[in-house]
Amino acid sequence: MSVIQFRDAIRDAMSEEMRRDKNVFLMGEEVAEYNGAYKASQGMLDEFGPERVYDTPISELGFSGLGVGAAINGLRPIIEYMTFNFSLVAIDQIINSAAKMYAMSAGQYNVPIVFRGPTGNAGQLGAQHSSNFENWFANTPGLKVVVPSNPYDAKGLLKASIRDDDPVIFMESELMYGDKMEVPDSEYLLPIGVAEIKKKGKDVTLISFGKMMKVALEAAEEAAKDDIDVEVIDLRTVRPIDYATVIESVKKTNRCVIVEEANPLAAISSDLAFNIQRHAFDYLDAPVLRVNSMDIPLSYAPTYIEATLPNVKRTMEAIKKVTYKS
Amino acid sequence: MAKKSSTTKAKVKYSKETYTFWYESMLLMRRFEEKAGQLYGQQKIRGFCHLYIGQEACASGAISALTKDDKWITAYRDHAHPLGLGTDPGAVMAELYGKATGASKGKGGSMHIFDKSVNFIGGHGIVGAQIPLGLGIGFAEKYKGTKNLCMCYMGDGAVRQGAFHEALNLAMLYKTPVIFVIENNGYAMGTAVRRSSNVEDLSTLGESYDMPSFAVDAMDVEAVHEAVAEAAERARKGDGPTLLEFRTYRYKGHSMSDPQKYRTREEVEEYKQRDPIEQVKKTIEDNNILTAEEIEEINKKVKKQVEDAVKFAEESPWPDGKAAFEDVYVQEDYPFIME
Ligand SMILES: Cc1ncc(C[n+]2csc(CCOP(=O)(O)OP(=O)(O)O)c2C)c(N)n1
Ligand SMILES: [Mg+2]
Repeated sequence: MSVIQFRDAIRDAMSEEMRRDKNVFLMGEEVAEYNGAYKASQGMLDEFGPERVYDTPISELGFSGLGVGAAINGLRPIIEYMTFNFSLVAIDQIINSAAKMYAMSAGQYNVPIVFRGPTGNAGQLGAQHSSNFENWFANTPGLKVVVPSNPYDAKGLLKASIRDDDPVIFMESELMYGDKMEVPDSEYLLPIGVAEIKKKGKDVTLISFGKMMKVALEAAEEAAKDDIDVEVIDLRTVRPIDYATVIESVKKTNRCVIVEEANPLAAISSDLAFNIQRHAFDYLDAPVLRVNSMDIPLSYAPTYIEATLPNVKRTMEAIKKVTYKS
Repeated sequence: MAKKSSTTKAKVKYSKETYTFWYESMLLMRRFEEKAGQLYGQQKIRGFCHLYIGQEACASGAISALTKDDKWITAYRDHAHPLGLGTDPGAVMAELYGKATGASKGKGGSMHIFDKSVNFIGGHGIVGAQIPLGLGIGFAEKYKGTKNLCMCYMGDGAVRQGAFHEALNLAMLYKTPVIFVIENNGYAMGTAVRRSSNVEDLSTLGESYDMPSFAVDAMDVEAVHEAVAEAAERARKGDGPTLLEFRTYRYKGHSMSDPQKYRTREEVEEYKQRDPIEQVKKTIEDNNILTAEEIEEINKKVKKQVEDAVKFAEESPWPDGKAAFEDVYVQEDYPFIME
């Protein structure tokens, strides 16, 4: 075992897969000579050379389409976005090309590609650098959407994503790249579409994913002080969603709170709440509650951020509400 | 833009096989599209349907200049390229009908014909989106170390998408083996080139990327062949992409629902005087490349191919609705949400 940062987990996953399969290559802005805007590809140009690690001009639409075309024609591209905010100028290639190619061609051309980079806020970056797109991409059949919350998961899931024969959106966070964790030195992969119960509990099911898992786990500790035993689920993948794990847990605890960074309308939390009422209606002892970003863009000042994002305090309030302890 | 009608060719430059291929493939495209137009009127074909009539040389002249390992991609005006490449006309017609036996099992329709067996990679409905895809297809050939290239078609309207400009720059940067072809048929739906572009000579658009760029009289299949052969040589030598502006014309409306108020009858007639099929036929006749009987044989063969294609499409079954869940993911047990 070694203690590594989240960014190392990303780099190691990509490098291991590139050593294993010469059809895997990395392309994006500043990924080669600069070693990655967030140093997630440190040393990769040195190891693999410019024929495997490509710096691009600031042309997300162009290089995303290039990646999809290359994937159609036998390669396994990893396309890095400096953040997913910048994927919007390329979203046509993700939705209309990558996600639909296999169906439109009736199985003649699949698209084994990974689009990866940070999603969501990273502090005081203003509205245009702070959006969450997990639910946007999760809405599109043909894609898979992976949102790991820690270095161990990131490494295993990224390796699985690169090997996956379908297009995968892999979402990280600028605020997680420095997170440290012990990971095995030997190779491991984690399956896409499988949630993990991070903490067993009997009173409330608390569901989250990505960097909001920190909020969820901290809230669970807080709740324990109030004698509320929270079961915490990390979805890890938001397309497909591991509904079975969620439903089973809610049937046991009879209460559920969801923490998600995205804005609330048509969010992952909306979908989870629908499925919980649909499949565990008779088990519920309280309405499902959720803690999302407020229904507004994320503004700059720290006070605005405090007033907008999900946090432990709001999560605790929701937990107390569903347990009728507020 | 219109050039003077070319007179009889001074000398025969290509083999009998090549002339035969041009005549036969273009005639097949023409008759197939005429039939598709009729069938659309009878509502056998639904949705959007864009015919290639008038533009046949753009596909045929390029196919004769390339190899079977090269890759092809275009927009939604996509029936003719696979026909020329050798896709069974029945599979294309069945796709227009939406039948299970269609080239894309009825999942694509007119705008999304795909045929991997001839390296025809669609059939794309978002104007300009296929341009970076073509770039990536060519990129993969170079990455794998082959000598193959990608033939990437687009309309005159598509060059006003950012995707075009990003792709041209990237193709030069990475020296990608792609031939970018603008099929300039004068219009994007009802918008003439001069109404959407300050620059009417679209072949100059490659200049700011230092891309070798040429305008080609694409009513002349020989001129198309020559330009593509030259561009292919550049690509295979490792010298990267070329931009070709094929100056062509579509005789029919943009799609099947186009009253064509934006152009005059005279303009259409003028182009028909330079019809690519008539031109090659004249060369063949004037130079006795084929006998009258041989030409008649081809005419009959093509007529029968189109009849057979329609019969095949008519008699083919509709796809089972449940097959809509196939080919969405390679993963076989993907857990679709079922309610
Ligand atoms: C991004 C996008 N915008 C608009 C359309 C609608 N549309 C379909 S074809 C077309 C005109 C394109 O003309 P051109 O590129 O010249 O190709 P042509 O039809 O002449 O072959 C338009 C506007 C579309 N399909 N995609
Ligand atoms: Mg046009």
